[in-house]
Amino acid sequence: MIIENSEIILSVRDLTADVDGNQILKGVNLEVKAGEIHAIMGLNGSGKSTLSKVLAGHPAYEVTGGEVVFQGQNLFELEPEERSRAGVFLAFQYPLEIPGVSNLDFLRVAYNSHRKSKGLEELDAFDFQDLVEQKLEVVKMNSSFLGRSVNEGFSGGEKKRNEILQMALLEPKLAILDETDSGLDIDALKIVANGVNELANAENAMLVITHYQRLLNYIVPDYVHVMADGRIIHTGTKELALELEERGYDWVLQESAAEVTA
Amino acid sequence: MNTKVASSDTYLPELVNQCRKLGKAKREACAHGLKDVRDAAVEYVLASKFPTTRDEEWRFTDISEILDIPFQVPDVNRESSLKLSDLTLPVRDKNALPLRIVFVNGYYVPSLSSVEASLLPTLGMEFFAGNLTQAPGNYSDRFREYLTQSQEYHDVFAGLNMAGLVDAAVIYVPKNQAIETPIHILYVAMPGETPILSLPHCLVIAEPGSSITFVEDYTVIGKGATFTNAVTQVWVGENASVNHTRLQRESGEAYHVGLSAIAQARDSRYTCNAISLGAKISRHNLEVLQTGEQTETNLNGLTMIANEQLADTHSAIKLTKPHGTTNQIHKCIVADKAHGVFNGKVFVPKPAQLTNAAQLSRNLLLSPKARVDTKPQLEITADNVKCSHGATVSQLEDDEVFYLQSRGLNQDDSRNLLINAFAAEILNRLPIASLRETLYSAVNLMKR
Repeated sequence: MIIENSEIILSVRDLTADVDGNQILKGVNLEVKAGEIHAIMGLNGSGKSTLSKVLAGHPAYEVTGGEVVFQGQNLFELEPEERSRAGVFLAFQYPLEIPGVSNLDFLRVAYNSHRKSKGLEELDAFDFQDLVEQKLEVVKMNSSFLGRSVNEGFSGGEKKRNEILQMALLEPKLAILDETDSGLDIDALKIVANGVNELANAENAMLVITHYQRLLNYIVPDYVHVMADGRIIHTGTKELALELEERGYDWVLQESAAEVTA
Repeated sequence: MNTKVASSDTYLPELVNQCRKLGKAKREACAHGLKDVRDAAVEYVLASKFPTTRDEEWRFTDISEILDIPFQVPDVNRESSLKLSDLTLPVRDKNALPLRIVFVNGYYVPSLSSVEASLLPTLGMEFFAGNLTQAPGNYSDRFREYLTQSQEYHDVFAGLNMAGLVDAAVIYVPKNQAIETPIHILYVAMPGETPILSLPHCLVIAEPGSSITFVEDYTVIGKGATFTNAVTQVWVGENASVNHTRLQRESGEAYHVGLSAIAQARDSRYTCNAISLGAKISRHNLEVLQTGEQTETNLNGLTMIANEQLADTHSAIKLTKPHGTTNQIHKCIVADKAHGVFNGKVFVPKPAQLTNAAQLSRNLLLSPKARVDTKPQLEITADNVKCSHGATVSQLEDDEVFYLQSRGLNQDDSRNLLINAFAAEILNRLPIASLRETLYSAVNLMKR
């Protein structure tokens, strides 16, 4: 929802970034306010996932210019774990498997690291179990998931639901969903989308990165941005997603090129 | 006292000479027919050479620095100055391992041990846990029978152990008895004024249909060079079940060579959990012989080393009859400039049809200078069998660490969690809960 004069959660200005010496982000500008859901769409290689990794602080991505302010704070001064504790959450496109660590233990250390940074007492195993049982309902998971190793042997849909479960626990200010819908069947997609909708409120913001318009039938964005060649080249409302689905990306690319030459 | 540095030619004869002089204990042990075993071993060692990296079996493990240290075999000493409170037991809860056989520098110490019959109220009279020289006479024949068979283990260090064999830790489980309480055998090396060579020996006999869980635990108390050269023999009777945990946590100045030799009769089950954490240089030879049909062997190994430690595991499983099963997983976590070695032989000869053998060697390198040499070695001549093997060497991936960081864990905690997870697959198989917990804490110390 767009709220007049709400707090600016994320402000990205002229952001450039490299991977292995190749420039991928070539000047991204974006402003996200509390309560808003932004969708970023674009072709493969347009820089969508790179933007999400840069925001979360992946060490393989080198920021070469520009700035990112998160709730008034320079994001690049923070380590990845500090960004997480400050309220940035990245739902991974490919969540990692961690054999040997139970999902419950993983969720608890993550949750307690956030509690600790806020000066709150850590939850013991019993209290945490109660908390996590409630959150399981958000993603329609049953508690047998908690006893299994993190993501090990999970189906694609289960892995993505596990990401949303983590988001439900950590209650981020800014949730970045990196192609959370890719590879999901329609039932799993609905569960994930409903979970996200349940968590979205007037205090937080969502950045939904996707390849497919389909997700946006279930998570309705306030803004749709088109990314190409490391920049956001076009911004519109949710109708833009439908238009992209129908007409493809060529027309946006051409219009954008025309603007540059004009 | 010999303080002069020996050459490789004189080193073994000098040690054998010391073994021959082990006085009082030598007479004590004669009753069990050990003299013949010792004499044969002396001959064998004198005809052998100290291994070098030119020997295939020692290619990656250079132990020549042992030659620079004038190790002395201490003579029998039952009066140890150690008190129970000096021992760090591997479990915090003493009730988890109430039965304890303690050897210091190769000799049994009754005051530190705890094998009273009152701790075993449910057991029949025939069960025995203790030391060989004090075992009642009616066991002698059985023990001699097994000890004299052991001459077939032809390895110079096993030979040296036998040459100095004057006593042994013994567990005897009578037919059809299931011993629920695990037994803890603690081998302490205590360096004195001279570098100590201790030669602990252990004999476990599980008669048909019996079952037993025991933990061997090698440790060092005090500063100084020690060399532990151990031999453990396990005889698993028909349809018997033995769960063996071997924990080596010696000091950074320690050298350790150990042989675990296991013979399994038909329908028996044997599990070894070998955990190597300590010693400057260590070598574990694990030899399993399946002598009957439908025999099951499970070998779980975990090596965790740092600094400039070298830890070598050589295992050999020999199947001889149909329907055998072997499952082996060996993991190494190697930090700093440490060096892990794994060589896993599995022999499946023609008569061993319908064998199901699996071997996996997984290795985690925590630093650019850490090194692992791993070599699966399967020799299969039977044609109707299922055999698999694999080896992986990996390091902590940036993506894995980042995933955990992105959830709020700092970098050290993230790395620790992943290292723990790697070790957990083995540690979770340990049969005693409090031992698992202690070892999880040990993994946490691997933090880099």
